[in-house]
Amino acid sequence: MIEVENLCFTYPNGKDVLYNVCLKVQDGEFVAVMGENGAGKTTLIRHFNGLLKPTTGRVLVDGIDAKKSSVASLARIVGLVFQNPDHQLFCETVKDEVAFSLKNFGYPEEIIERRVRGILETLELTSYTDSSPFMLSGGERKRVALASVLVWNPKHIVLDEPTIGQDYQQKDRLRNFILQLNTQGKTVIVVTHDVEFIAECKPRVVVLSGGRIVGDGPAVDILTDESLVNKASLVRPQIAKLMSSLSDMGLPANVIDLFTARTVLASKLERAETCR
Amino acid sequence: MSMRIFDGFKFTKLPTPVHQMDPRAKFILVMSIFAVCLMFSNLLVLLIVFFAQIPIIGLAKSIRRWSVSMKGGALLATLIFIMNFLTGTTLIYSLAMTVKFLALISCFSVFFMTTSPDDLGLALENVGMPFTLVFTFTTAVRLVPTMAVDAQTVIDAQRSRGLELEKGNFVKRIRNYIPILIPLIVSAIRRSIELAEALESRAFGASEKRESLVTLKMKLSDYLTAIMALAFLTLSVYVYIYVRLPSLEIAFKLPSIWPWSYA
Repeated sequence: MIEVENLCFTYPNGKDVLYNVCLKVQDGEFVAVMGENGAGKTTLIRHFNGLLKPTTGRVLVDGIDAKKSSVASLARIVGLVFQNPDHQLFCETVKDEVAFSLKNFGYPEEIIERRVRGILETLELTSYTDSSPFMLSGGERKRVALASVLVWNPKHIVLDEPTIGQDYQQKDRLRNFILQLNTQGKTVIVVTHDVEFIAECKPRVVVLSGGRIVGDGPAVDILTDESLVNKASLVRPQIAKLMSSLSDMGLPANVIDLFTARTVLASKLERAETCR
Repeated sequence: MSMRIFDGFKFTKLPTPVHQMDPRAKFILVMSIFAVCLMFSNLLVLLIVFFAQIPIIGLAKSIRRWSVSMKGGALLATLIFIMNFLTGTTLIYSLAMTVKFLALISCFSVFFMTTSPDDLGLALENVGMPFTLVFTFTTAVRLVPTMAVDAQTVIDAQRSRGLELEKGNFVKRIRNYIPILIPLIVSAIRRSIELAEALESRAFGASEKRESLVTLKMKLSDYLTAIMALAFLTLSVYVYIYVRLPSLEIAFKLPSIWPWSYA
């Protein structure tokens, strides 16, 4: 469980970023952190593995105070995938890149070998095992970065803007993969602006604005709340806009995903059909 | 490790007399201090030069940021002291070299903290430097803070993957920086290619003659500063050649058992 208690954070240059943030993420929960640029999303998640230490307040990860723990020890339970893969790729081959963290954590050679092979298969990167990560496309590099964190099987996974630079099919695969991780019992925290991506996953959504939490609840409630969405410089998902514009025809407005929309519309059409 | 040491070389716009000084006058002042630092190896002189800068930094309201870069420089300064002392120079001479280093980085710190890259570029252009060279220089200066942010992100990303920079013996610690340096260099190269393409698509270098919207003008106070700096430099040269300075020579040094020691 990740507990954030009255977290305030000020950067050394005096810039206040987070004000009194309180948040509890249960084990196995799927949470999306959304909000405008500069709202403090990335700053917040960098507290989860101790990269940043609270100015006041505290962050507890499975009961461990992140302020008193080293990044290396917290990283074992909290895997943080950075936004830009180019900030971490440095090895000659994809295989070495993915094995880097396991070597840091002191895993024996045969386990490293097995785990690397496994994760490359899962993320469809096997054909690039011996390629240089620098020669891959943007989306592939992003997957290598993801593999290099998932490989040590952290209990909590934090992804910073995972959908940026991915084409629609990759986004779809990424969504399925994240949902799969979540069903395996992993806590997944995703920082994103991508409302359509979130609308189809329907996680719990935490909205940050100006360093404060301004909304926290199921995706359906948050992403159909127009004033909240505007406040956080987001837009409602397309399905939500469509359904809200159809609400005067007696259709529910709180629908954000394709599946529910289809079900609702189909039953409405069926009813219309039988009335005729 | 923090990238904050660069804060002491980063321009911040502040309404102080030092910030508003003409970059050419400031350049002459800094260069005079620089020359004096290089000329003398006398601890007393170097201490005076070092401490004389503090009121200027105070006037520029930048003491806090300056002290950050001084703290960063302290590590190198300690190294300079140890190396000097170990190689058989006297205690005072080793101290003098350390202060010399600190005075040097301090004067550049003042210059870069208070001079905007634009003003600096303009000043260089005014003294006849070709624009492409000036542009390269100002871009380099301007990119330092961006690179510092990048470096911090890379460090954070690798620490999140279990890298411990302060772990292991000396050789291991140096090797620990490979995962930091490679992404940093690669992203710097990527960035420069992008910058070059962006510049070309905006017709960089299309016309030989450029006009500037802003022109620099030396005020009376700027002339006075420049004259005073030059007078200070002339006086220093005179002192260096003709005056025998009192030296704090305490002939304490390590016994010359070291094979590499001299003197």
